[in-house]
Amino acid sequence: MAQREGLGPGGKTGEVIAQALIEQFPEYIKIKKATHNRVYAMVDKTAWLKVATYMKDKFEFDHVTAVSGVDWLEEKKMWVVSHITSYSNQVTAEIIVELPRDKPEIDSVSNLWGGANWHERETYDMFGIIFLGHPRMERILTPEGTDYFPYRKDFVGGRRV
Amino acid sequence: MDMRLAPHAIAMSAQEFLAWSRDLMEQLMQASGGKKAVDKITAPIWSWALRNANYPLHFGIACCALEMAAASGSRFDAERLGMIFRSSPRQTDVLLINGWVTAKLRPDLRRLYEQMAEPHWVVAMGECAISGGPWYDSYNTVQGVDTFIPVDVYIPGCPPRPEAMIDGFMKLHKKINKEMKGTFLED
Amino acid sequence: MAEMWLNMGPQHPMTHGLWNLRVKIDGETIVEAEPVVGYLHRGWEKIAENRMYPQIIPLADRLCYGASMSWEHLYCNTIEDMMELEVPDRAKYIRSIVLEAQRIGSHLMWLAALGTDLGSYTIFLYSVRERELFLDLMQNLCGARLTYNYCRIGGVRNDVPANFERDFDRVLTHFEKKMSGLEALMDQSTVFRMRMEDVGYISGEQARNLGVTGPNLRGSGVEYDVRKDDPYEAYADLDFQVCYENEGDAFARYRVRMDEMYESCKIIRQAIKQMPKGPYRLKPPRTAEKGKSGWAHVEDPRGEGFMYAIGNGTDRPYRLKVRSPIFVTVSAAPVMLVGYKVADVPAIMGSVDMCLGETDR
Repeated sequence: MAQREGLGPGGKTGEVIAQALIEQFPEYIKIKKATHNRVYAMVDKTAWLKVATYMKDKFEFDHVTAVSGVDWLEEKKMWVVSHITSYSNQVTAEIIVELPRDKPEIDSVSNLWGGANWHERETYDMFGIIFLGHPRMERILTPEGTDYFPYRKDFVGGRRV
Repeated sequence: MDMRLAPHAIAMSAQEFLAWSRDLMEQLMQASGGKKAVDKITAPIWSWALRNANYPLHFGIACCALEMAAASGSRFDAERLGMIFRSSPRQTDVLLINGWVTAKLRPDLRRLYEQMAEPHWVVAMGECAISGGPWYDSYNTVQGVDTFIPVDVYIPGCPPRPEAMIDGFMKLHKKINKEMKGTFLED
Repeated sequence: MAEMWLNMGPQHPMTHGLWNLRVKIDGETIVEAEPVVGYLHRGWEKIAENRMYPQIIPLADRLCYGASMSWEHLYCNTIEDMMELEVPDRAKYIRSIVLEAQRIGSHLMWLAALGTDLGSYTIFLYSVRERELFLDLMQNLCGARLTYNYCRIGGVRNDVPANFERDFDRVLTHFEKKMSGLEALMDQSTVFRMRMEDVGYISGEQARNLGVTGPNLRGSGVEYDVRKDDPYEAYADLDFQVCYENEGDAFARYRVRMDEMYESCKIIRQAIKQMPKGPYRLKPPRTAEKGKSGWAHVEDPRGEGFMYAIGNGTDRPYRLKVRSPIFVTVSAAPVMLVGYKVADVPAIMGSVDMCLGETDR
C-alpha cells in the first residue's frame, strides 16, 4: 500500500482538539462530548468565523461534510449544524450555532471552504437563514419565484402544484 | 362543385376555374365510397408501420429510467420491437415519462410534448408519473402527469420491471392498431 | 469572438438525470459554467418528517436509485447511532457483502452511462449485461431489482437464501473474467483514451477544499476512503486496498472505479468466508427521545454520504438531513470544465458519475 501523505493519524485526537478549543475560546464554546475521533460542540454566533478559521489553520480541518439548519419553532430559535472533517487527524467535529428565529443571520464559511458554498445556499433556500459574506445567496433547489421557506416548521407540507 | 355551371366553364378565368373545380376529386371519391375504401386499406398498413417503429424520447427522469435503460439492454431488448431511443423530440413518437415531475420541470415537459409531431403518444411509467407516487404530500411534485398532458398508457410499478415496461408498450401497440385512421383521416 | 451561453439540458442525451448545465462558450472553448439543479426536488427531508422510522427506508431507497442499498444502509446506520443500537455481527457481514455488490452494480451503471455519452453503445450493452447478473443476486436475496427495502433499523430483513455462496462465487468468477475483456475494450482504445485523458483536471488541493469525495477525490491523488478511515459495519476486519490515481483527469477517475470493482470482488469473497452465524436482526425501539441526535457517514459509490437525524419523542423524526456527495461535486464541476471544449463535457461529466436523485432530494 502506498504512502498516505497528509492523511492518516496526525496525532491530534478529538480530546486534544476539544481541549485546545476550550483554551482558545473559553467564553464562546461549549464542548458537549469529545472522543478520539468525534467532537461535539456548541459555538456562539459571534465567534463562529474565528473558531472555523482556527480549526482550519491549526488542526487541518479541510473538508466540510455538511452544513444544515434545524428549525425549533417553539423555542423560537434556529440551529446551523456544521459537520467538519479533518482528513489528517481523522476527526469529525459537529458544531452547532444557535440563532434567533426572527433574525437568522450567520457568517458564511464559504471563503474558507468552498465545499460549504452550496450547502449554505441550500440552507438559505430551505430555512431562510442568511449567510453573510456568501458570494451568491440565492435559491438553488426550489423553482424561481418560490416565496416560502419549505423546511420551516410553520410551513405545512402538502400538495401545492 | 356545381355541375350546372359546366357549360360556362370555358368562359371562366383561371382563378374562377380553380375555385370551381377544387373539390372535384374529393366529392367524386366521397360519393363513390372511394375514400372509405382507401381508408380501409391504408389504416392497417400505417398502423403496422407506426407501431413497429415506436421511437421513444431519450429522456430519463428518475428511478424508472434505470429500468428503461435495462429494457434496452441485451436481456430484455426493447429494440427488437422497434424502440430506438432518439434524442431530439422532433424525431420521436412516444414520450415516456419515467419519474416524478416537479414544478420546475412541468413547463419544459409540456414544451417537449408540443414539439413532438403528430401522431404521438404518451406513456406514463411508474407510480410517480401516474399519480405522484410516494411523494403524495410533497410541495413540489405534480400529482400525476395526466394533469397537464394527455396520457395513453399507464404502466404501474415502483419501478416496473423491464418486462412490465415492454408489456405496456405492447398495449400501446394494440391501442395504435385500434385507433389508427387511414390516409384521409376520416372515420 | 462573441461569447454565448449554451443550455445543455434539461433534456439532453448526456444528462444522467435531470439538470441543466449552462456553459458560456467562446467559439468552442468553455469560459464559464453554471450548473442548474432543482428539477427533481421533492422536499425529501420534509416528507421524511411525516413518516415513521421504518417507513422512511423505502424513501431512502429512492434518494439515489443507482445505489439504493447504500442509502438505505446509511439511513439505518444514522438511526442506529441515534438510538444507540449495536447491530449483530452476522447482519454487519451481510450488509458489507450486499453493499459491495451494490457498489459493483452502481459502477457498472456508471460505465454504461459513460459509454452512451461517448457514443459507444458496445460499452453500454456489455455493462448492462453484467449488471443483470448482480441484480439477479439481489433479487434472490430480497426480491427487488432496483429499490430493495432490505436493510432494517437493527439489522437486515431476512437471512441469506440457500445457495448464497455458490451463486456469488459463480457470478464473481464470471464477472472477473469478463471485466478484463471489458477493460481492454476501453484501455486499449485510442479513441477512448484521447477523449478521456487530460480533460476535466482538478487538483488534489482544489478537490479537498471544494468538498469533492469518493472516486472523484481519489482520482486526484488524495487517498481518503471512509471504509478505511472511519470503518463501519465489518470493514475493520476485512483486508482491501484503497484505489487511487494521481493524474486528476477524467481517465484517472475512470481507472479508480474500474479498480474498485476488483477490490469489491475481493471484499465479498473474504466476507462470505468470515461470516459468523447468529441473529440477523434486532428489534429497535419504536420512538426516539426528544432532542436526541445521531449521524453516520459511509463510503457511497459516489462519495461520502452522510445523514443527520434528530428525534422527536414520537415515532417520527424531527429533522433528517441528507448530505449527498454529488451535490457538492456538481458545485465543483465548473473547475473541471473551464478551459476545455464543449465536446469534452460528456466525457468530463460522465467521469464524475452523477445521480440527480440525491442531489435534489
